[in-house]
Amino acid sequence: MTARIEIVAAAKTYPGVRALDDVDFHVAAGEVHALLGENGAGKSTLIKIMTGAATADAGELRLDGRPMRFASPADARAAGVGAVYQEVNLVPTLTVTENLALGRLPRRFGLVDWRAARVQARLRLRKLGVEIDVERPLGVYSIAIQQLVAIARALDEDTSVLVLDEPTASLDAAETARLLDIVRELKGQGLAIVFISHFLDQVYAIADRLTVLRNGRRVGVGTPQEIPPAKLVPLMLGRELEAVERARAAGQTHTGEPILVAQGLGKTRVMAPFDLTLHPGEAVGLSGLLGAGRTESAKLIFGALRADSGSLKIAGEKINPSPRASLARGIAFCPEDRKAEGIFAELSIRENIAIALQSKRGWLKALSRAEQDRLASEMIEALGIATPDAEKPVGQLSGGNQQKAVLARALVSDPRVLILDEPTRGIDVGAHAEIVALIRRLAGQGLAVLVASSELEELIAVSDRVAVLRDRAFVGELSGADINQQTIMRTIAAP
Amino acid sequence: MKRTWLPLAATIAVFVALFGVGGALYNHFLSSLVLGDILDDNAFLIIAAIGANFVILSGGIDLSIGSMIGFVGVVMAKLDAFGWHPLASAAVMIVFGAGFGACQGLIIDFCEIQPFIVTLAGLFLLRGACFMVTLDSLPLRHPFVSDFAAVALPLPGGGFLASSALAMFAALAVAVVIAHKTSFGANVYAMGGDRTSAALMGVPIRATTVKVYALGGLYSAFGGVIYALYTSSGYPLAGSGAELSAIAAVVLGGTLLTGGIGLVVGALFGGMILGLIATLINFNGSLNGAWIMISSGVLLFVFIVMQRALVGSLTPRSAS
Repeated sequence: MTARIEIVAAAKTYPGVRALDDVDFHVAAGEVHALLGENGAGKSTLIKIMTGAATADAGELRLDGRPMRFASPADARAAGVGAVYQEVNLVPTLTVTENLALGRLPRRFGLVDWRAARVQARLRLRKLGVEIDVERPLGVYSIAIQQLVAIARALDEDTSVLVLDEPTASLDAAETARLLDIVRELKGQGLAIVFISHFLDQVYAIADRLTVLRNGRRVGVGTPQEIPPAKLVPLMLGRELEAVERARAAGQTHTGEPILVAQGLGKTRVMAPFDLTLHPGEAVGLSGLLGAGRTESAKLIFGALRADSGSLKIAGEKINPSPRASLARGIAFCPEDRKAEGIFAELSIRENIAIALQSKRGWLKALSRAEQDRLASEMIEALGIATPDAEKPVGQLSGGNQQKAVLARALVSDPRVLILDEPTRGIDVGAHAEIVALIRRLAGQGLAVLVASSELEELIAVSDRVAVLRDRAFVGELSGADINQQTIMRTIAAP
Repeated sequence: MKRTWLPLAATIAVFVALFGVGGALYNHFLSSLVLGDILDDNAFLIIAAIGANFVILSGGIDLSIGSMIGFVGVVMAKLDAFGWHPLASAAVMIVFGAGFGACQGLIIDFCEIQPFIVTLAGLFLLRGACFMVTLDSLPLRHPFVSDFAAVALPLPGGGFLASSALAMFAALAVAVVIAHKTSFGANVYAMGGDRTSAALMGVPIRATTVKVYALGGLYSAFGGVIYALYTSSGYPLAGSGAELSAIAAVVLGGTLLTGGIGLVVGALFGGMILGLIATLINFNGSLNGAWIMISSGVLLFVFIVMQRALVGSLTPRSAS
């Protein structure tokens, strides 16, 4: 089988991260090749190399056997590699015609010939079975249509490779089915298609071959028959090599008055309704692959995402979830992306802690400087934050210590429920173990903790119960001896 | 090219309505004489607003317009005293305007500084330069100035289009072609609509930024030329606040201040509405001149709210 696009022994290092390490990847004409992996596996880097958004440090890129080097996305386009991303990278205020024609406007007597542009636009869209008014601004159409316009833009007469990066992430079932049909048709026309999706059912519905990446390395390649879901999940999560089961504190069953009860909580298109109960002193894990809905569930409970169905009770009181209501009732949330959402990197540890408390107390009751200093040093000691003093800007701390500062900020307001989304993302191994121990200790002190994590080991180590998610729905709950890697992965993969 | 005509239609409707109100209130208001006067009086502002319209469509802002108008005037008057022909000095100043604008655009893109600050610096710089040239009002004595003022195209109904209005229409025609018939124009709209996406779609961001501010500078310098000829003088305080009037004209003309949406002809109607309000209040005679600004302010509010609603209709994102 001759490859239309071929990457051989690609390597790419970003400061501190080996994003790709000796990765081979090739797609033949008329083939849909799915690229799979968790966050940080190297998918984006590989795509960037194919589409000219980044260049590899080592390795070779070949198109139809000829070595190529793309210096820019425009280079890749000119060579026939088109790409469509999850975020529609078009301009919503421009008309559909303009979006399709920009950069290759037809001219007549030196001036733009919009009539010709319109005709071309209609033609391009018709190829995908789309009949819309090309004169209207793109923004008035649904995301699904916008996505198709993006595909139409990516498809030139000379396009031979199409990269689809999470094209269905914002689409509903019917729209997704239509898009997959179009992908099949394009495949029939002999295009080489790279398909990236975290929806495994779509991957298995459409892919001819799969390549699995983990930590920048290729860990599997084969047909969907050769890599069934039960084999894929361990490959993605990388546990088959580390069969050693961690000794874990025996999970306890908690009974009595729950502190938090979610019933049928959900949001259309985001998360199917789910039930979840948390007891004081209990740590519950949320497990699932990337895009399964871990973060979304956590945000729905905290109120950062507004649920449109179901109810939430905190300590028996029914509330309308919103961050404000949750904070007032002692629910604290530490988001996944601490840099963007969790912390003020320029402010010191003391100031970050003070802000959290101050907003809870109201701005009139100022927190004295002495009080701030006392709380900050208390937290630094309690959580073991490695810092010379409380005045160091949080942004200058290491990842693990930043995460502890986030925790400190959440804990200083003395919450009853702590929701942690990926508490160990991007921190080193030693700090990792410390955070895990810290979570266990907090639960031991009577706090109810909800941990959303992509790391099985971490969940197994901290959780009394584990809720398993797949494709934006809760699909199972495990407790006691069932909290082990095999069972969790089987539950994730189960059809 | 069909674009969102709605705001412009609203602008034209407002203009017609205001004109009708004037006609109902005052004898002789509803005439081509008044219309011609409004165009003549506001030609320089509309020209500057056309340039500002490009800048705003691209997602930027230009505050140096008023100072440019003043600077062009004093330099032309100074050169006039040295015996230059006004057309020669005008040509020099228009080139200067484009170059100054290009520099502003380059600084904005190269140093990644907000256009507000860069062009604010331009505002101070040029205004200061005005005072370096002269502290007093200088006359333009060249005979060409009165020849220029004598040119007029008669309108049906006794009015006429003065030379400044004719120059404005010429400038507008060129601008319409640039905006809607060149790839540069398409790039400006794309950049103002979504800068990141535009860059990914291959829009040359730096070149477009530089060109759009150069065009803005060119148009404000041209506005300054027309103002100098219209007043046959150069005055170092001339054009103070004109940048804000120009921005108001652009917004009234239906262009979104955040960029990407609007039509170039909008600046014409926006500028004419501002002129019409002033004329209406002057016609009254007993009303304080302050009402000109108050009415303009109220109208701006209404338009901004209307535009907000329009933008909402362009983003159905989660419509089920």
